[in-house]
Amino acid sequence: MPERILKLKSSVIGKMIISIASGKGGTGKTLVATSLALSLKDKYSVQLLDCDVEEPNDHIFLKPSITGSEDVNISIPKIDETKCTHCGKCAEVCAYHAIAVLPKTVLVFPNLCHGCGACAYLCPEKAITEEGNQIGVIEYGQAAKIDFVQGKLNVSEAMPTPVIRSVKEYINDEGISIIDVPPGTSCPVVESVTGSHFCLLVTEPTPFGLNDLALAVETVKTLGIPCGIVINRAGKDNDVIENYCLKENLPVLLTIPFDIKIAQLYSRGITLVEGLPQWKENFIKLFDLIQEQVDERSHSLKR
Amino acid sequence: MKEVIVLSGKGGTGKTSIVASLAVLAQNKVLADCDVDAADLHLLLQPSIRENHEFQSGQTAQIDGSKCTQCGLCMELCRFNAIKEFKVIPTSCEGCGFCYRVCPADAIIMQNNIAGQYFISDTRYGTLVHARLGIAQENSGKLVALVRQKARDLAKEQKAEYIISDGPPGIGCPVISSLSGADLALLVTEPTLSGIHDLERVLGVCRHFNIPAMVCINKYDINEDNTRRIADYCLAQQVEVVAKIPFDKAVTEAIMHGVPFVSYNNGRASRQINLLWQIIAAELESKTEIRK
Repeated sequence: MPERILKLKSSVIGKMIISIASGKGGTGKTLVATSLALSLKDKYSVQLLDCDVEEPNDHIFLKPSITGSEDVNISIPKIDETKCTHCGKCAEVCAYHAIAVLPKTVLVFPNLCHGCGACAYLCPEKAITEEGNQIGVIEYGQAAKIDFVQGKLNVSEAMPTPVIRSVKEYINDEGISIIDVPPGTSCPVVESVTGSHFCLLVTEPTPFGLNDLALAVETVKTLGIPCGIVINRAGKDNDVIENYCLKENLPVLLTIPFDIKIAQLYSRGITLVEGLPQWKENFIKLFDLIQEQVDERSHSLKR
Repeated sequence: MKEVIVLSGKGGTGKTSIVASLAVLAQNKVLADCDVDAADLHLLLQPSIRENHEFQSGQTAQIDGSKCTQCGLCMELCRFNAIKEFKVIPTSCEGCGFCYRVCPADAIIMQNNIAGQYFISDTRYGTLVHARLGIAQENSGKLVALVRQKARDLAKEQKAEYIISDGPPGIGCPVISSLSGADLALLVTEPTLSGIHDLERVLGVCRHFNIPAMVCINKYDINEDNTRRIADYCLAQQVEVVAKIPFDKAVTEAIMHGVPFVSYNNGRASRQINLLWQIIAAELESKTEIRK
């Protein structure tokens, strides 16, 4: 028995991906992600990946030195008009209406293209090749002892998911990877959270916080990922969230009180654990609780 | 008819509270909640649902195990990593249908998604169009477009003067879908470094799509240095700062009570939102004049 537990523990420390999500925006994902990373960096190898590629903010707090970058491209069709017979096959197979075939020409709408590649593969004349359309960029570097990666969607581009997918290709094989997830409950959230060992959901004790938390919980459950709750800006109305968590059997793993000092630190781009170092202990404890939850889960799955 | 969309880039800056209060102040309007991922406006406007419609959008592949020969072609070609061990992962499938078209065994079918619902509701402040995207669904941009279309149809029918819409956070597809063709974007920001950073990006989107923008600084007194930075930035960008709303506990209290803060009391925040609406209404009016 002890041997088995030991094995489980080591596999968990071998690789642990924790995503920080919320449903509602502005509840404190970035605050939790950055402070958790800073609190763990001395003990573990820690990586922070900012998947909120529409509005990435972790860099404001961690001030990483960026050592490299890579363009994110999606493959859009390029039509060789000398080979094209205007048969219309490409437009027919495109599920996104990104190609229109006219009698004498073919129009491609890059903003609609998802880069699935069906048109190029299925063109009977082999008249379609694919070319990269740059929609964003990945930047990576170091912040203190944290491996830092962020994705940035180009302003005016619509599709964040390919950028998120590219950020996640940088997940280290070992150590702790913390993923800062965009707000909401739809495709960008699913793309970011998929593959995590655990998902922390940050909420606030208001009806908005509760409504969006419940949506986020459903999304994470659909993905089969265990989750725990952080209540931020906590105060006299905490039971709004606590009652829900009790009913849904969700653990509340950390409570951060409403404190104007914390809000002011945040406004200046200073992380909680740097501004108020006594918080470091709470974030280490948070990680221990997460580990317990993940262990328990893998245990019950084995049984 | 003039359409105002409230956006922010960063989440949690106060869009919904502000839209709910504008719902009280503006006369003769239709309201829309374009944040279909995590809609909250109904919590303040307390709608009674009049109509409830299904939103069908996109497809998901499904593999018929009895026909599948496990040749692996679908897995090799899928760019979305949505097929593993000869099964489709529905949450990863983008519905392109590539696998369906190439499967040599005809073992793949495409099924229509019920991607959500939209509602037309009555509130004491006017008609509200809102929606709920299905859990872990895609195509929020299309659902936003549908919500806006319904809001426009209703506004025409009712000869409404305004459409006031609550927007989603971010700058991606649902934001672009909420924004295109609107008459004015009100950008709600907060005096934090994140708020400023995200404001710059969402203003970039407005510029790209040629939508006039105005800025409201919410909780401006949390950090007055940053408020000044925002004001300077806006000046340089020639974007008007139409209101600075102070941090006021009444705003959160109003949320707890499920009412717009302007109806909750006549405190510091309420007085500013009154001014805000006067300026926006005048701005929209002046545009109509020019057009005439």
